[in-house]
Amino acid sequence: MENIDYSSHLFSEAGPEKDVIISSRIRLARNIEDISFPNKAKDSERKEIVEMTKQVIADQEKYQFNLLDLYEISDIDREILLEKHLISRDHAKRRVGKALFLNNKQDISIMVNEEDHFRIQVLSPGMDLDKLWKKANEIDDLLEENLDFAFSEKWGYLTACPTNVGTGLRASIMCHLPALNLTNRIDKVMGAISQLGLAVRGMYGEGSNPAGNIYQISNQITLGHSEEDIIDNLKSVNQQIVEQERKARQIMLNNEIDNLKDAIKRSFGVLKYAYTISSKEALQLLSDVKLGIDLGIINDLSADLISELLILIRPAHLKISEGRDLTNKELNIKRAEMIQEKI
Amino acid sequence: MICDKCGEKEANVHLTKIVNGEKNEIYLCENCASQSNEFSFGTDHNFTFQNLLAGILSPAINNESSQNNLLNNKVVCNKCNSSYQEFSQKGLFGCAECYDIFENKLESLMKRIHGNTEHSGKVPQRRGGRLKLKRKINDLRDQMQEAIAMENFEKAAILRDQIHEIDSEMEGEVNGEH
Repeated sequence: MENIDYSSHLFSEAGPEKDVIISSRIRLARNIEDISFPNKAKDSERKEIVEMTKQVIADQEKYQFNLLDLYEISDIDREILLEKHLISRDHAKRRVGKALFLNNKQDISIMVNEEDHFRIQVLSPGMDLDKLWKKANEIDDLLEENLDFAFSEKWGYLTACPTNVGTGLRASIMCHLPALNLTNRIDKVMGAISQLGLAVRGMYGEGSNPAGNIYQISNQITLGHSEEDIIDNLKSVNQQIVEQERKARQIMLNNEIDNLKDAIKRSFGVLKYAYTISSKEALQLLSDVKLGIDLGIINDLSADLISELLILIRPAHLKISEGRDLTNKELNIKRAEMIQEKI
Repeated sequence: MICDKCGEKEANVHLTKIVNGEKNEIYLCENCASQSNEFSFGTDHNFTFQNLLAGILSPAINNESSQNNLLNNKVVCNKCNSSYQEFSQKGLFGCAECYDIFENKLESLMKRIHGNTEHSGKVPQRRGGRLKLKRKINDLRDQMQEAIAMENFEKAAILRDQIHEIDSEMEGEVNGEH
């Protein structure tokens, strides 16, 4: 069992289309043929799957996966993994036989015994779905060399939930859409997206106005299309969203430049000098500042730092950084400190 | 009073929101009010994805004749002991064999979820050989039809021979297995 590297942050790197797209992700769902899916498998069977996985990928020089036993690790470490988007909320619930294989760079991971036996995930900053698919495909082949996956000619890869059957592929993009939101165009864009077999949701908080203007867009349909088609569809829709967002930003720049500058600089000021700040307010102000950086209104700050802060200001990360448990009040103070340390 | 959001219509909804002691008043017209999420207080906490899926699944039970229904719902997967009813409540299959056991229900379910009922993506490298050959044959058949349509019978004959070759290769494989 290894420890989590808290200091590694994938988002401290820049990626393509990074003025709008924060990160992209590909996930593949796979199951072993002869063992019941995790919702029905016995404790011993789930443990066996972790062992089998270890045997298959332990010696892989290329990836160097670390095994994290999610039953053994502390609650705070589970929270950290959740905040880094490396495990799902469901996977963070303590249960025997749940594990995460994670590489050093923390961009490739395999959740074992979440809803399916395997959830292969690859992440990258910016827009990079083609490369991600190539990587995920490689890991899939690597596992399949030694494990018999549940597969049917008709239904493709069999998954616990019928919404994942077929390719088992979920491709998603996390994007920052402040201008579409401010100019009230977001609902129209969202409506159009959902007609195309894609789902949109706020990354933080609920509803059509999520904290920090950060949205996640992903494919819903997994059966009947090839992986490449699913990814191309998401890519082309995303390209349009990127263009719409840039257009909306340009309109704001043309018509409201003074108000925009004022609002962004005020937000920057609050982030710089606040003594205490809630998570929701911080996300909103960071969104303003990121917009300011991307529009050239704020110059002496990198946008990647903002993406990194999105994770660093979350409760478990603040607690780890402080080295102890914190009350809500203390969290808000520590959050303000953390932001000021970075910007 | 004019609507705060559209600035056009008469406002007839008055919303007072107090968040952390801060009072905020909004006047909206009926149109904007119905679009606003201010009014979705998340009242229905049971509205989860699994429930939604269960909603999709249960009509599939109701639509069939009651006798059929009874028979089908008694069927239990011999590997994991899941019944169709359990599946429709949880929205999760218990194991790979459930896909065979509940096969007659899946066609309409998958159609509703995915709009498709046939996988056309990746095939496992090691074990998917047969399906790959099948797809190859379909591909060659399409090409052959095209060649015939173009009256290129020479090419069509070559393609036909290739199809036969793969066909017999597949049969050999099946026989070898038994």
